[in-house]
Amino acid sequence: MKLKDIVSKIDAKVVCGENWEDADIEFAFASDLMSDVLTLHCEKLLLITGLCNLQTIRTAEMSDIQHIVLVRNKKATQDMVELAEENDIVIIECPHSMFKAVGELYQTGLKPVF
Amino acid sequence: MQFVYEVEAGNFTKAGNASSDFKKVLKQLNVPPQIIKRTVIALYEGEVNIVAHSLGGKIECEITPDHVVINLIDVGPGIPDIEKAMQEGYSTASAAVREMGFGAGMGLSNMKRNTDSMHITSSKEDGTTVTLKINLT
Repeated sequence: MKLKDIVSKIDAKVVCGENWEDADIEFAFASDLMSDVLTLHCEKLLLITGLCNLQTIRTAEMSDIQHIVLVRNKKATQDMVELAEENDIVIIECPHSMFKAVGELYQTGLKPVF
Repeated sequence: MQFVYEVEAGNFTKAGNASSDFKKVLKQLNVPPQIIKRTVIALYEGEVNIVAHSLGGKIECEITPDHVVINLIDVGPGIPDIEKAMQEGYSTASAAVREMGFGAGMGLSNMKRNTDSMHITSSKEDGTTVTLKINLT
């Protein structure tokens, strides 16, 4: 699934990253717990989280995750954006609850990691 | 080749700086991506542990043609029961650590899973040293 379709499906907004429209996403994982994210070994993964701090971006960097959706209307801080840009990570802000965002994306065919 | 990073206790803004830097080094050396990922995930978990649980410390990373060896060394206060600390789900993390998305009691076991060997020594007097080894061949 293309990232541009994901962004439009959950009424979200991309706040940083370039050439993101056609990025191909196959799997999604939703968690506020970075310890759980760090156990994943999966490519083409979208991270959906309500945890909005620098460690969200660090965790993505270490896990080679290039696309993050911040749910519950959380806004990325300037230092998060800078760190994301340094690592070619796309941050997407979504106004919906995690339950709603996940439900919408599951329906469109994004696959669970397990 | 050896790299040494100082790690500040409690500073979550800087947590991950060492892991990020060492990841760049491994990339420059053309280490295979899967090995880089395993290495930096274990290193990052260890770095967060020093920030979250210790009074500060340092990380020594050594690269040879055959392996990467990482020493995560802190100055205390030590792990009273290592066996218990290794159990998934067991954690002594503070509320502040949990707010950062950690403290689920997964760190040490995830470090073990991503490395070829892991050794922990710990005492009240000398603090904790975790040695990780990742084979490159």
